Amino acid sequence: MTDVPSTLVQTQAQTPTPPLWLLAELTYTCPLHCVFCSNPVDFAQHDRELATDEWLRVLREARALGAVQLGFSGGEPLTRADLEVLVAEAHRLGYYSNLITSGVGLTAERIDRLKGAGLDHIQLSFQDSTRELNDFLSHTRTFDLKRRTADLIRAAGFPMVLNCVIHRLNIDHVERIIELAVEIGAEYLELANAQYYGWALTNRDHLIPTRDQVRRAEAVVAQARQRFGERLRILLVVPDYFETRPKRCMNGWGSVFLTIAPDGTALPCQSARVLPGLDFPNVRETTVADIWYRSTAFNRYRGTAWMKEPCASCPEKQQDLGGCRCQAYLLAGDPDAADPVCDKSPDHGLVTAAVNAPGPDVRPLVFRSPAESRRLRAESAGPDLT
Amino acid sequence: MRELHDDSAVPAIAAHYRLQFEPAQNAHVLLFPEGMIKLNGSGAEILTRCDGRATQGEIIETLRQRFAADVGADVRAFLGMATEKGWVRWLGPP
Repeated sequence: MTDVPSTLVQTQAQTPTPPLWLLAELTYTCPLHCVFCSNPVDFAQHDRELATDEWLRVLREARALGAVQLGFSGGEPLTRADLEVLVAEAHRLGYYSNLITSGVGLTAERIDRLKGAGLDHIQLSFQDSTRELNDFLSHTRTFDLKRRTADLIRAAGFPMVLNCVIHRLNIDHVERIIELAVEIGAEYLELANAQYYGWALTNRDHLIPTRDQVRRAEAVVAQARQRFGERLRILLVVPDYFETRPKRCMNGWGSVFLTIAPDGTALPCQSARVLPGLDFPNVRETTVADIWYRSTAFNRYRGTAWMKEPCASCPEKQQDLGGCRCQAYLLAGDPDAADPVCDKSPDHGLVTAAVNAPGPDVRPLVFRSPAESRRLRAESAGPDLT
Repeated sequence: MRELHDDSAVPAIAAHYRLQFEPAQNAHVLLFPEGMIKLNGSGAEILTRCDGRATQGEIIETLRQRFAADVGADVRAFLGMATEKGWVRWLGPP
């Protein structure tokens, strides 16, 4: 056989790699109301949470496939009373487990219980180095609480990982945020620029920094790395809107990461629920192995056979795998299109326009809440995205 | 210039790092906050012996016997790199 059509050859899917990284979004309930929250804008529609025994089964099945890094996330995972039960099972199964938290609800007693259950580390989020902006952005009075919680986390012997989402309103405070991390005794600091999905996309015109701001922040971080060296490892994630090639999103669709949403929906990333025409499987109805290896949704964007131009003939397609499907849909209206971050995309102008001329601040910031979630869904003139 | 450690010093896996064998990857992996390193065979042979009791010299001797080769320079260089990356801490004289 010499004349096999190339499209057929490309669709001879290799066995997918195992899901090494499991993100367990235990709940969409959250005491904070962050304007850049990565939860879907319509989260209030998906409030039928998995029960404890369903999560235990998910943990066991994913571990059997090879998942080893485990994030407990949300919403605020501490609002689940069964968190300790899940952590203990994760530890027994051999996961390296991480609690991704705002710190609200993390008392000394609860930290002790989580430590005893075998939790490996805690990632604590801050919104800013100042009480005013932290509390404004999260629409809560949580800054002082977070400082106290950081002390408790250290006292319990956990590694200290601080995460601060960066955007136009706080990017000029990066130096002070780094000093705060040093004061707290953090070993890792993630300065993660807002990614424009979910609530951050809703609020993008308020949040996207200017090019000058990004350059200054990069310079400050470079200096701080020199100054603090091994003491504080700083990760700076620049928003991809400033790039001309897209990110290799999630290291490839269905290649490493598996997200289970609070209602049991299995997703290749936290945002994928927005994509139209994909019937994402639910762990209530099938096994994790079926979902990962055999579901239509997880196979949909594996490899490169699904691509259209300009990706299909692009020499770099193996490097970035066409970028992010959610971004292609949210910006270009087509989940099969090139990620508009790529300057080969016919829609790249949408990205440069957002960077060069963020819209006038006519629409006020929208704080994440169930009420706003329902309002935005009702207002949405677009397709039904649930 | 990478710092090499004295053979009398005792390497151990750093706090908050965990080394374990993963059947799905058929490899040892080193787990830590926000990350995972898949080790090759030699890396695993060295790191699984960093138990906080054996000196670097003893580890080199064990591996020399096992592989019937002079592995001293390779082990010292690997552990120097692992120290720079924060995977390994040292007990005793550096």
